[in-house]
Amino acid sequence: MTDQLAATATTLSTNGQTPVLEVKNLRVHYATPLGDVIAVNGVSFNLKKGETLGLVGESGCGKTTTAMGILRLVQPPGRIVGGQVLLNGVDVVALKDAELRDLRWRQAALIPQGAMNSLNPVMKIYDQIADGITTHEGRQPRRVLRERILGLLNMVGLPGRTADLFPHELSGGMKQRVCIAMAIALNPPLIVADEPTSALDVVVQRVVAQTLLDVKAKLGVSMILIGHDMGLQAQLVDRIAVMYAGNIVEIAPVKNIFEEPMHPYTQLLIASIPSIKEKKPLRVTEGLTHDLRNPPPGCIFQFRCPKVMEDCLHYVPPLRELKPEHFVACHLYE
Amino acid sequence: MSQPLLEIRNATKIYGGGFLQGGSKVVALENFSLTIPEKPATITTIAGESGSGKTTLANVVLGFVTLTSGQILFRGNDVSTLNRQQQMEYRRQVQAVFQDPYEVYNPFYRVRHIFDMVIGRFKLARNREEARDLIESALKVVGLRGEEVLEKYPHQLSGGQRQRMMVARAYLLKPSLIVADEPVSMVDASLRAMILDIMLRLRDEHNISFLYITHDLSTAYQIGNQIYILYQGAVAERGETSKVIEHPKHPYVQLLIDSIPVPDPREKWDTSISLPSEEEMRTSVNSGCRFYPRCPRRMGRCLYAQPALYSIDGVDHEAACFLYESTPGSQRIAESETSSVTQK
Repeated sequence: MTDQLAATATTLSTNGQTPVLEVKNLRVHYATPLGDVIAVNGVSFNLKKGETLGLVGESGCGKTTTAMGILRLVQPPGRIVGGQVLLNGVDVVALKDAELRDLRWRQAALIPQGAMNSLNPVMKIYDQIADGITTHEGRQPRRVLRERILGLLNMVGLPGRTADLFPHELSGGMKQRVCIAMAIALNPPLIVADEPTSALDVVVQRVVAQTLLDVKAKLGVSMILIGHDMGLQAQLVDRIAVMYAGNIVEIAPVKNIFEEPMHPYTQLLIASIPSIKEKKPLRVTEGLTHDLRNPPPGCIFQFRCPKVMEDCLHYVPPLRELKPEHFVACHLYE
Repeated sequence: MSQPLLEIRNATKIYGGGFLQGGSKVVALENFSLTIPEKPATITTIAGESGSGKTTLANVVLGFVTLTSGQILFRGNDVSTLNRQQQMEYRRQVQAVFQDPYEVYNPFYRVRHIFDMVIGRFKLARNREEARDLIESALKVVGLRGEEVLEKYPHQLSGGQRQRMMVARAYLLKPSLIVADEPVSMVDASLRAMILDIMLRLRDEHNISFLYITHDLSTAYQIGNQIYILYQGAVAERGETSKVIEHPKHPYVQLLIDSIPVPDPREKWDTSISLPSEEEMRTSVNSGCRFYPRCPRRMGRCLYAQPALYSIDGVDHEAACFLYESTPGSQRIAESETSSVTQK
């Protein structure tokens, strides 16, 4: 119930514009022989047009599962057990298969982790992009299609002749940019990028990240950027949602997250970022400490929280707007 | 001055170039020299992007790949001329931790198998009890308990746990040197500090030196004593880690450091950069400086001659760039490391 209120609160705070994406109390479970693992436990947030939201958290926190839920790509043994995902007003969770086909690639596109490994090794780049376009838009006149594909490659900074190459002839950064080109091919209003620069070297990462920024500026696309490289998040996103064990614990504009993190978990996260600007003592933390099948009553972070109190053991803290646009789920601020 | 623990002299490794391969070759490592002293234990970082030669260097030190020319001396002995017994000893003294904590495990065995194999091979224990004690003490160093992990299968442990166990396994042999090839890049960011902390403790409390190979300069900054930054098989800049990272001199290193995303939303990348096309990047330049195609400060002579390592401060900071050829107090550093060893 409190999640619904929180969801309403986030809707109202987006300046009255209808957000491109409204996630309301999304819940995703994975079935196991010993009971359901609660991977996403009532996640709610909105995304405005042209905005980039960073979704951060450690391994196993549910960020990729949340993205898969939004795109209706959750595979068994995972399943969406509740909530709504409104993409431009349409509830994606309620769509049937045939309707989903229209959604995919045209309304929402995914740049998956290790995207460069998802390219078909026996097809030329041109054919792969063409395939994506014609599958969702039907057959196209050849000349128009060719111009469109060359235009896409140009937009991601790749030379035209890339179209005639096979994936193994490209470097990691080039392959990643091909994946970005494919994601924007049908001009979807929403792109989900899941760790789009992992496995790339620093300089190449910068080029790919710049490409994402350019694409965002030119097309006005809204993006969810999943990752745990906080340095990259600082460069690319407008707002950050911090997840822990299936819950969002804090959402705020990127400056606030870095300068005034309020949730104890966010504070730990920010303190542990290695930086080349200063030498800090290494902060060692534990990983997830509880069984995701059996979350404890009360706050999900109670076992690791340095500021845990009595209330935390019994009552789930709701996500509350403590400052303009800055939401935190923590009893410290009541 | 005692002999160094590890000395690499003018190591060169060239792949390909054979008759059947149409003559195309890749110079993976060129004239690389490095010295790791016996005492005190240090962490030497080898940093570079892919194609820089850092993995080739790891493979060469570990004996997986033989050099085309040059030498690797471990405590004064050339590793290519060791007899079987000496080789076993070398394997014991120089251990490795690799990047992927998933693929190094055989999924059919419980994880204790990795320890049992080592103990069996090197005859580290006389009976099961001794073996168990050895394993427990190694696990303690990395913050794990035997009862928590030994009987599990690899897929039941997290990446961080698996990697820590690999470090424990390396430690078991009480090596003098651990070659860590990207040990934390596949471990979740929140757990990296734990492994880096273990490396520091192994250095400070157990006198184990590290050759830390990575592309992540932020972690290098946190834990390394010395750093070598490679570009396409050759050293671009080397020296004391803080000096190189805080005051990079080689244009490539300056670009690299500038490209690291700073975790501060107010400090965005200020200029956009573009990479030259694939051909330019992958060509092994036969003459001249390798960075010439991308260098914003290139000069005419850079196309025809390769710069040697020139000293920046006369102490422990050098860059291979003609810009520093005539810095006051600079001296042309000899290709071989023996001169600098005796100077200390």
